[in-house]
Amino acid sequence: MKFPEDCLYTKQHEWVKVKGDTATVGITDYAQKELGDVVFVELPKVGDTFDTNEPFGNVESVKAVSEVFCPVAGEVLEVNQDLVSSPEWVNTDPYGDAWFVKLKVTDPEELKELFNSEEYEEYVAEESAE
Amino acid sequence: MNFISPLKKTKLNQVHKQLGAKMAEFAGWEMPIEYSGIIQEHLAVRNSAGLFDISHMGEITIRGPESLELLQEVTCNDVSRLKDGQVQYSALLFANGTFVDDILVHQLSSGYYFICVNASNTDKDFKWICEHNHFDAEVKDVSDQYTQLAIQGPHACKILQKMVDVDLTSVKYYWCQRGSVDGVESLISRTGYTGEDGFEIYFPPEFSAQIWTHLLERGAGEGLLPAGLGARNTLRLEAKMALYGHEISEEITPWEADLAWIVKLEKGDFIGRTTLVQQQQHGINKKLVGFEMEGKGIAREGHAVFIDGQPVGRVTSGGPAPYLRKNLGLAYVPITHALVGTSLEIQIRANLVRARIVETPFYKRKKSRRTVS
Repeated sequence: MKFPEDCLYTKQHEWVKVKGDTATVGITDYAQKELGDVVFVELPKVGDTFDTNEPFGNVESVKAVSEVFCPVAGEVLEVNQDLVSSPEWVNTDPYGDAWFVKLKVTDPEELKELFNSEEYEEYVAEESAE
Repeated sequence: MNFISPLKKTKLNQVHKQLGAKMAEFAGWEMPIEYSGIIQEHLAVRNSAGLFDISHMGEITIRGPESLELLQEVTCNDVSRLKDGQVQYSALLFANGTFVDDILVHQLSSGYYFICVNASNTDKDFKWICEHNHFDAEVKDVSDQYTQLAIQGPHACKILQKMVDVDLTSVKYYWCQRGSVDGVESLISRTGYTGEDGFEIYFPPEFSAQIWTHLLERGAGEGLLPAGLGARNTLRLEAKMALYGHEISEEITPWEADLAWIVKLEKGDFIGRTTLVQQQQHGINKKLVGFEMEGKGIAREGHAVFIDGQPVGRVTSGGPAPYLRKNLGLAYVPITHALVGTSLEIQIRANLVRARIVETPFYKRKKSRRTVS
């Protein structure tokens, strides 16, 4: 299972890559493995704003429906329309082609609340041991 | 205090875990949901073959001089039409015509029947049959005495043939035969729950790992994959086979469930018959239909169904169909709107998404493959 070091992570298994005040968001390798074959992704519109932990989209596998939560408050700058037509990328390239949205982060201080790679890996280990 | 009973495990529990299966609770059992992925397993069954552990299913035997009479009273199909070795899809009904369970009746010999029932209903079915057993017949719950495997798909016959001593070409669809599988005395039944050709085999649990492993080895060259309950569900949905607790339940009669073909009113009296006759005369209000999503979205169980802006029912099963590459669903709608071609809307989260009633089964296999070769 992959936990890239250039990402921050949430308890709900989203990853965040920060560049300036822009955050790219997707779901983690662990999340896609738990979901199984992803067949549908629903994304917000550019200009939508979300609070921290507010659901901004949905990802559906053959068996399960899951909400995707906004890791930090922000405004949607860009959505990955290609992912809507190729939802299977969530399984094949969760940290690359399968990004969901790019956000303009409202308060960069919030990013400090997120896990780093090592902390997230520990968190997943605990969660899967249950 | 909480008394939560631990999940039951089939004899293959460890084998599934070693294969990397994702396990989850189903009907009180810890069962494999998927191994390599639901889509891959689903396509393996359509194109080559899949192997399922379905040992959670219950088995009940009925033996004795009046076992036919008992079965004629508690089931709605006509058991007297069965010959030795023949299998029949049927149901146990309450007096009000709704489902106790849907079942498979195997006539092993005259006066000896083997019934396969749903895992979650095994105790209920057993009690129900016993309560009505005022005949010279012995009813036994033998669920613990059997592992049940299903090998399904166009290559199933060829693979299984390598391990059995009977000529499988002589076992027709919905017939069964006793024979040895990998040297183990088994019941081999040409039945299934996937819409494909295939077999369900029943044998003593102590041979579970041996037979499972040998089947996977012997079938590897033909594309046989272990398949979980996830694929079993998408396969049965494509084939529009009813699932207890979804399409059929204690609230639904066979007329409503589009299962009139398993009701034989002319066979004489049986439990539920009076109500079914009345319902037939008065007509039913709702009926099970299959629909295909036209707009973007996946219908799921429980989603509300709308016609002309009015809520008319709920989705009983829904999801992506990996072989047909469509999003499909089943739902009860008013009989006045149950025609093929009718436009529906399915409420998926905040949106109403277009769908249309279509012919079912959604998927039907070509029945040209008759030989083992």
